[in-house]
Amino acid sequence: MLRALIALILTLSFLSTASAQSANAPDRSATGGAQTLEDIMARQSGEAVDNSFRSDATGDASQAADITNQLGTLGGNSDPELWRALRFGSADITASNTGPAATVLIQDGGMSWLKFRSGPLATYGGALLMGMIALLAAFFMYRGRIKIDGEKTGRKITRFKAIERFGHWLLSGSFILLGLTGLISLFGRKFLIPTFGHDAFSFIAVGSKWVHNNVSWAFMLALGMIFVMWVAENIPHRSDINWLRKGGGIFSKGHPPAKKFNAGQKLIFWSVIVLGLSISVSGLSLLFPFELNMFAATFAKVNATGIGGLLGFGELRETLAPHEEMQYSQLWHSIVSFVLMAIIIAHIYIGTVGMEGAYDAMGSGEVEEQWAREHHSLWVEEVLGEEVVVAKPVRAVKAPASKAAKATAAKAAKTPAAKAVKAPAAKVAKAPAAKVAKAPAVKAAKVPAVKAAKVPAAKTTKAAAAKPKKVAAAKPKKTPPVK
Amino acid sequence: MKIMFAAFLAIAVVAVGANLILKQAGFSSQERTSGAAVRLDN
Repeated sequence: MLRALIALILTLSFLSTASAQSANAPDRSATGGAQTLEDIMARQSGEAVDNSFRSDATGDASQAADITNQLGTLGGNSDPELWRALRFGSADITASNTGPAATVLIQDGGMSWLKFRSGPLATYGGALLMGMIALLAAFFMYRGRIKIDGEKTGRKITRFKAIERFGHWLLSGSFILLGLTGLISLFGRKFLIPTFGHDAFSFIAVGSKWVHNNVSWAFMLALGMIFVMWVAENIPHRSDINWLRKGGGIFSKGHPPAKKFNAGQKLIFWSVIVLGLSISVSGLSLLFPFELNMFAATFAKVNATGIGGLLGFGELRETLAPHEEMQYSQLWHSIVSFVLMAIIIAHIYIGTVGMEGAYDAMGSGEVEEQWAREHHSLWVEEVLGEEVVVAKPVRAVKAPASKAAKATAAKAAKTPAAKAVKAPAAKVAKAPAAKVAKAPAVKAAKVPAVKAAKVPAAKTTKAAAAKPKKVAAAKPKKTPPVK
Repeated sequence: MKIMFAAFLAIAVVAVGANLILKQAGFSSQERTSGAAVRLDN
C-alpha cells in the first residue's frame, strides 16, 4: 500500500514538471518551429537549452512546409533535377530583362562557340591575313612595282567620275574601320588586355563597338552604290578568259587586253558584292539580336538538298536556341569577313604600291593614257574610238643613237599622233615635223576624254626633229582637259 | 583627294546619324532588352 502511494506521488510530481515545461515552451510559430532569437541568445549566454524541438524534428514529412511555400522544399524533386531543367532550358524562369535570351540561364552551345571563336577562328583567321601580307611582300620582292612599260604620254583619260570615287572611298573607308574594330573585338582579350590593361581596353572596346555598329550603315550604303554603278561593267566578257589564262600578265611582260574592268578586278568586284552582302546580312542579324534568325532555316534547306551529307556534315540541327542563332551569325560574319579582308589587302596592294599609275584611278580619277592602253586596251578603244595595238615596249633610251631613231619611229607608229595621220612607221619618222605636231591637237579635238597636249608646234617640231625618241615624251605635263 | 576626304566625312555623318535615329526609334539595347525594373542609367 505504501509502495503504491509512493509511486502515485512520484507520477504526479513528474506530471507537474512536464506540465510546467510545456507551459514555459517558447512560441516558435514565427520561425515555423525553427530556433528563435531567444533560443540563440540563451545558448550563446551559456544557459541550458532544451534542444528536443530540434532533435525530434526529423523524418516527419507532414511537418515540412508546403512546396508552394517560399521556405518549402522541392517536394519530390531534387536539386539536380532543378539544375538539369536549367541546363536544358526547361526551367520556369522569370527575369526582369526581356527578350528570348533573358530566361536562358545556361546555354551549353555557348561553350563550343567560345572555344571555336577563341581557337580556330582567331588562329586561322589571323594566319590568313598575315599569310596574305607575307605573300604580297614576297611577290613585291620578286616582281617589284609593276611599271608603265611604254613612254608616258602626259595625256589623261577620265576613268572614274567623282560619284564613283565617292562610293569607292565610302566603301573602303568604312570597310577598313569595320575590319579594324572587328579585329579589336576578336583579338582584344588575347592581345590588347595583356598589353594595355583592362581599363584602357574597356575604353577601346566600348569605342570599337560603337564604331563597328554605326559605321556598318555607311558600308551597306556604299555597297549598294558600288553595285548600281559598276555591275554593268563587271558582267563577265569573253576577253576575261584570255586575261585569266595569261594570269593578267602579272608574271610576264605585256598585258592581256581588257575592258574597263579586267577579270581580276571583276573577281574583286563580285567578291565585294557577294561577301559584303553576306557580311551585311549576318551583321544585321547581330545588330538586331534575335530578330533576324537565319541559321535554323538555312540548315533546314541544306538538309533538304542533302549537301550537308555530301560535305560530311551529316544532318544539321534545324532547331536552334536563340543564343545559337546569334553564335552562328557571329562565326559566319567573322569567317566571311576574314576572307574579304584578305582579298581587300591584295586589292589595296595592287592599287597602291604594287602598280604604277593605278592609284590615280581612285585618286584624281584621271589615269595616264599609256597606263590605260597597257592595262585596259579594250576600254581605251571604246573611249577613244580607235584600235589599240598592244605590243612589247621598246626601250629607246638604252638603244644606240642610230637604233633609237628606228625604235622611236616604230613606237611613233603606235602613238595616237601617228595613228591620227595614219602614217606608216617609217613615214612618221620622216614626216614633216609640223604634220606630227598637229596630230595630237586634231585627235584631242575629236576625243573628249583626252587631255590635249598644248605644245607650241615649233617646240614639238624641234623635239621631234632633234630628238626623235622623245616624240611621245615631248609633251607638256599640265594641260587642261578638252571636254 | 577631296572626294576621298568627303567620303570619310560622310562615313562619320552616317555613323552619328544612324546612332541617333536608332536610339530615337527605340532600338537601343536598353530599351529592347530591359524591363521597367532594370535601371541601367544610374
